[in-house]
Amino acid sequence: MLTANPTGYVGSRIKRREDPRLVTGNGNFTDDLTPVGTVYLHMLRSPYAHAKIGSINTAAAKAMPGVLAVFTGEDLKKDLAGPIPGVPYGTVQTVPAYYPIATDKVRFVGNIVAAVVAETRGQARDAAEAIEVQYDVLPVVLDMEKAVKDGSPLLHDEIANNICTEIELGNDVTEAFNTAEVTVEHRFVNQRLVPNALENRVALAEFHQGDESVTLTVTSQNPHILRTLLSGEIGIAEHKIRVVAPDVGGGFGSKIATYAEEVIACIASRKVKKPVKWTETRSESFVATIHGRDNIDYIRMSATKDGKITGLDITAYANMGAYMSLLGPTVPVLCGVIVPGPYAIPNVHFKAICVYTNTTPTDAYRGAGRPEATYMLERTMNMMAEKLGMDPMELRRKNFIQPDQFPYFNIVALNYDSGNYEAAMDKALEIFGYNEMRKTQEEARKNGKYIGIGQSTYVEVCGLGPGSGMTISRGYDCAVVRAELTGKVTVFTGVAPHGQGQETTFAQIVADEFNVPIEDVTIKHGDTEMTPYGMGTYGSRGTAVGGGALMLAIGSVKDKAKKIAAFQMEANEEDIVFEGGKFSVKGASGGKSISFQEVCLKAYIDPKMAPVIEPGLEATRYFEPGNFVYPFGTHLAAVEVDAETGNVKILKYVCVDDCGKQLNPMIVEGQIHGGLTQGIAQALYEEAVYDDNGQLVSGTLMDYALPTAAELPHYTLDHTVTPTTVNPLGVKGIGEAGTIASTPVIVNAVVDALKPLGVKDIQMPLRPEKVWKIIHNGASANGSAGADASVVEQHFGEDNK
Amino acid sequence: MKKTVKLTVNGTTYERDVEPRTLLVHFLRDNLGLTGTHIGCDTSQCGACTVLVNGQSLKSCTAFAVQMQGAEITTIEGLAKEGELHPIQQGFWEMHGLQCGYCTPGMIMQSVQLLDRNANPSEEEIRHGIEGNLCRCTGYQNIVKSIQWAAQHKNQGATEVPEADAPQVDPKPISPVP
Repeated sequence: MLTANPTGYVGSRIKRREDPRLVTGNGNFTDDLTPVGTVYLHMLRSPYAHAKIGSINTAAAKAMPGVLAVFTGEDLKKDLAGPIPGVPYGTVQTVPAYYPIATDKVRFVGNIVAAVVAETRGQARDAAEAIEVQYDVLPVVLDMEKAVKDGSPLLHDEIANNICTEIELGNDVTEAFNTAEVTVEHRFVNQRLVPNALENRVALAEFHQGDESVTLTVTSQNPHILRTLLSGEIGIAEHKIRVVAPDVGGGFGSKIATYAEEVIACIASRKVKKPVKWTETRSESFVATIHGRDNIDYIRMSATKDGKITGLDITAYANMGAYMSLLGPTVPVLCGVIVPGPYAIPNVHFKAICVYTNTTPTDAYRGAGRPEATYMLERTMNMMAEKLGMDPMELRRKNFIQPDQFPYFNIVALNYDSGNYEAAMDKALEIFGYNEMRKTQEEARKNGKYIGIGQSTYVEVCGLGPGSGMTISRGYDCAVVRAELTGKVTVFTGVAPHGQGQETTFAQIVADEFNVPIEDVTIKHGDTEMTPYGMGTYGSRGTAVGGGALMLAIGSVKDKAKKIAAFQMEANEEDIVFEGGKFSVKGASGGKSISFQEVCLKAYIDPKMAPVIEPGLEATRYFEPGNFVYPFGTHLAAVEVDAETGNVKILKYVCVDDCGKQLNPMIVEGQIHGGLTQGIAQALYEEAVYDDNGQLVSGTLMDYALPTAAELPHYTLDHTVTPTTVNPLGVKGIGEAGTIASTPVIVNAVVDALKPLGVKDIQMPLRPEKVWKIIHNGASANGSAGADASVVEQHFGEDNK
Repeated sequence: MKKTVKLTVNGTTYERDVEPRTLLVHFLRDNLGLTGTHIGCDTSQCGACTVLVNGQSLKSCTAFAVQMQGAEITTIEGLAKEGELHPIQQGFWEMHGLQCGYCTPGMIMQSVQLLDRNANPSEEEIRHGIEGNLCRCTGYQNIVKSIQWAAQHKNQGATEVPEADAPQVDPKPISPVP
């Protein structure tokens, strides 16, 4: 556990140590780095969503000025050790080969068909345009529910019905629904989103002729995992690959997977014997970087008349896109495991059908599965409350898992270790002024105004992850803590922060634990040649897991420091206490002590210790938690819908989140602000739209609505603190909570606002034009399959009758 | 065929031969090595490449380098004077106005113009003033506070935090050296 903070860093709003370089333009993002002799890589991408590749003529391109190499799929295959890997889960029979450059067919718009290396960016681009590709266009498969039907065109000949995998979790719910007093059922569409980290992806590959090694500087959230995977792709052994993730401009999950361009850059650098840089453009990123969400969820819920939920049954279609991206099928698993949320539901069944379509592959995007689960659950809770004639908050209160029920097994997969859901809810209701807002709403309705209140009480699962159980690999992270000779401390962490602020929070911990000024601590990350094997930053794991490793390593350094102090003071090691930055002998009078800095010095230079104590003062430790962590909270919003424009204005947004102990509340709040914004943007603005031919029509920032400062409200944040014992810091991840919680809050609020018009659901995103049509043409104008009862009835069949 | 352009960036005058199709942002990054100006899109939506041209903010992906003949340009690298952060840079640091830091240089340069035109903007005016700059990390709330902090300190050299619900000041404020 953390010691009491004598220097006061932990728990304080320490300004970020990352910032001075970033506010002065001195950051080191991958595209800022251009070694001498760098040449440029450009991709030629398929303009068709599904086509056979006929001939490719590269002769003209090869003859263009500055061109050093042109690769087709067949060219690249000679140098390729393996395709881009995806991790199977569930009933997967075959993982279709995903080659960095397509060989036989293209399966989505943006699939790479050739790559050009030239001396300048412009030359590479010009040459790519001179490549002639003959395509034999094939029928396109976009709709998941049609894709799985017999006779639908196949993306991969070896994959029947385009079904990537099926995943089933939970228990038998038949009885619960047969005996149900009340049921609700619905079909929700969780639309496809484009992550849009503000820094596009970049790969800079430097093949070193001397020792046949390669350095890849890259926009990655997990350099070690990338190094391992890259080894299997390019056939260079892992110890001869160095992956460096310098400053990384946001990730949100989109920089976890291994990508074609990294592989091509490495192989190209080996071929042209120069550093090769590939810099994605934004429009390219829209088709080439993974997408998120894109689920169709059939859900039904059963309850007693007095509002006790008895069953939950879900079939989720999850769009994988054209190939299996690294964690493609893992995302719906993360949905299924948390789908009962914070409620004690005795019968829960979840089935995911993962489907290939002619679209950009999908993978983890902030929240990854948990927003999908929370969205359908929290929307359904409101539908059930409506049917029962209860206030939505009362229904939630009635079904919460109670504090004395922890640890609580959620029927599907997880053991929630701790929680106090009602406390967070009560605090949120009070801050929000829930009852007063209901009165305001009533008054507004009398005046023909549409004000709505939305809510979400969520629990999420993060801090990936435990060493066993639901995860696909052991889940740990590591830290090296090195007390230097001069008493300074250097830490090497296996997590790879890219905005999360661990250069600051980890330094706070170290400074407190050793009682040294924070200026004496440096946190290093993002280089496989410098840090031990770490899993990186995703799934809100950086502090929950990486911080745990840091605490263990600090402990080991302290143990050795005590040994040194004991030797120096001729005392027993067991009698040494470390307080206020000094080691002293317990119970000894006279105030004999030795400072941390003196111990550091002695550790490296004192010849008297030579026969007894090994030199140096550092430790490498791995931390593998025994469980995930389970942050939770209540979010509430009031919105006003403008009847004349259909615009939704957020009048008030209140959230009370519980992430356990807060190391730096300023950073916690920042994470929540950003998370909320991405979740709200899904509710109101963002949507990847494909036309019937599989063209991404929302394929630039001109067409895809990222929220700006002008649309967003000022959020009111508060928290409760329910510590966890899962890790030594007592912290739970907070990177994704805002995104997970906020989407249903807004949709619930808008549906509530339009309740007088008979609106029961609106398919996201709730853009003004859609809302306006509903107000002016009635609820049926929604055009949402989500609102079509017959489709849902057909899905669940006679079970409900 | 290259063209010659002569311009001043952060007080230094440069004369360079460039391809006419070279965008100002590429010129700054590739020819002058000023990589603090970032590129986030290719449709002039994101604002990561915002710089000041003759005192006006400009998305530097919307102009060719050859159009900048004789211009005075300030980039993020030219904002701090003699090791002293500009109040807006300081504000972003004080109020946690950045996370990954990628949009930050453009956001700061836009804020310079915003405060030049309106020394005491309201929250709404700030939000509209930066709506041409996208941030994917912060949800903008702390960016608004950062600009408010700068407005206060630029005008009065005051030390109080501008907003009622601004972060509580640590009882023992600590400004770590980077």
